[in-house]
Amino acid sequence: MESVVAFSALAAGIMVGLGALGAGVGIGILGSKFLEGAARQPELVPMLQVRMFLMLGLTDAVPIIAIAFAALLMFANPFLTQIG
Amino acid sequence: MSAGTPAEYIAHHIQNLTFGQHADGSWGIAHSAKEATEMGFFAINLDTMFWSIATGVAFCWLFRIAAVRASVHHPSRLQSVVEMLVEMVNTSVKDAFSGNNPLIAPLALTIFVWVFLMNLMDLVPVDVVPQLAHLMGIEYMKMVSTTDVNATFGMSLSIFALMIYYGIKVKGPLGFFGEFATHPFGKALFPINLALETVSMIAKPLSLSLRLFGNMFAGELVFVLIAALIPFYLQWMLAVPWAIFHILVITLQAYIFMMLTIVYLSQSHEIHDSH
Repeated sequence: MESVVAFSALAAGIMVGLGALGAGVGIGILGSKFLEGAARQPELVPMLQVRMFLMLGLTDAVPIIAIAFAALLMFANPFLTQIG
Repeated sequence: MSAGTPAEYIAHHIQNLTFGQHADGSWGIAHSAKEATEMGFFAINLDTMFWSIATGVAFCWLFRIAAVRASVHHPSRLQSVVEMLVEMVNTSVKDAFSGNNPLIAPLALTIFVWVFLMNLMDLVPVDVVPQLAHLMGIEYMKMVSTTDVNATFGMSLSIFALMIYYGIKVKGPLGFFGEFATHPFGKALFPINLALETVSMIAKPLSLSLRLFGNMFAGELVFVLIAALIPFYLQWMLAVPWAIFHILVITLQAYIFMMLTIVYLSQSHEIHDSH
């Protein structure tokens, strides 16, 4: 029983950490490209901004799904209901 | 409803009002998370149904008022807001949709405004509505329908059904299923094409619904955590920045859901002549 809880805690931590890593790197690259494009052609900034937010939402999707599953493990652990 | 520990408070606030058949055969509302899972697949989350229908009715009613009382020379403020939204959706559909289908723009407008309104319920302070519901005898009440996986999967599976329907209608059954075999590599690599296309076809509704669910659930969970773990006179310090960030997330997720719907349906309408 304790090992299930311990491994769930570890799993939640790894999920959130790796998700944050991926999201951070991806959004950093996205933002830097946007700023570069905005510096080259300021008149395109509104259009680029819309596209950037769209890409931001898509890049953020899987890390946030990982966070949601980690929260599920932390607060309503399905593995515990399976064994008890 | 002052639960003992923070864990109980949090578990209480993420539990839906589930109606179904109990383990002993009687029908009723679940009184705990364990009872709710025992009810199985065919249990309905009443609070999700109520709030999603209420926000949908509010959207239709508001927009109908704006349309019926529309005036060219003296537009009201509601009419101006509705016009801005319709224009934004119209521009998005024109940019992203390459077929000819009068359903897409109203569908996109419905998705955007409805998802936005459902998400907006998250900005109401955590305890207000559950406390009122508790005074009326209702044990659990979650206002944000999009934090329920059932709601988001319902929407994305409907979009998936539309994708398949229009795919078969525009390309013909042979063309639609033929695409599974011939995209993206060519007829020779048929098994690889099949595997890739099947995975991407399944990934679309799954990612669509889980993206919205994950964002909204995480947002709501942070509000509940702030309410559970921070003393009440300090809660505003964390809750205000998070709420401001959450306004962006709400609008963004509604917009992304709409754009992806338009793009997926546009892909179902495309006929690849030579590939």
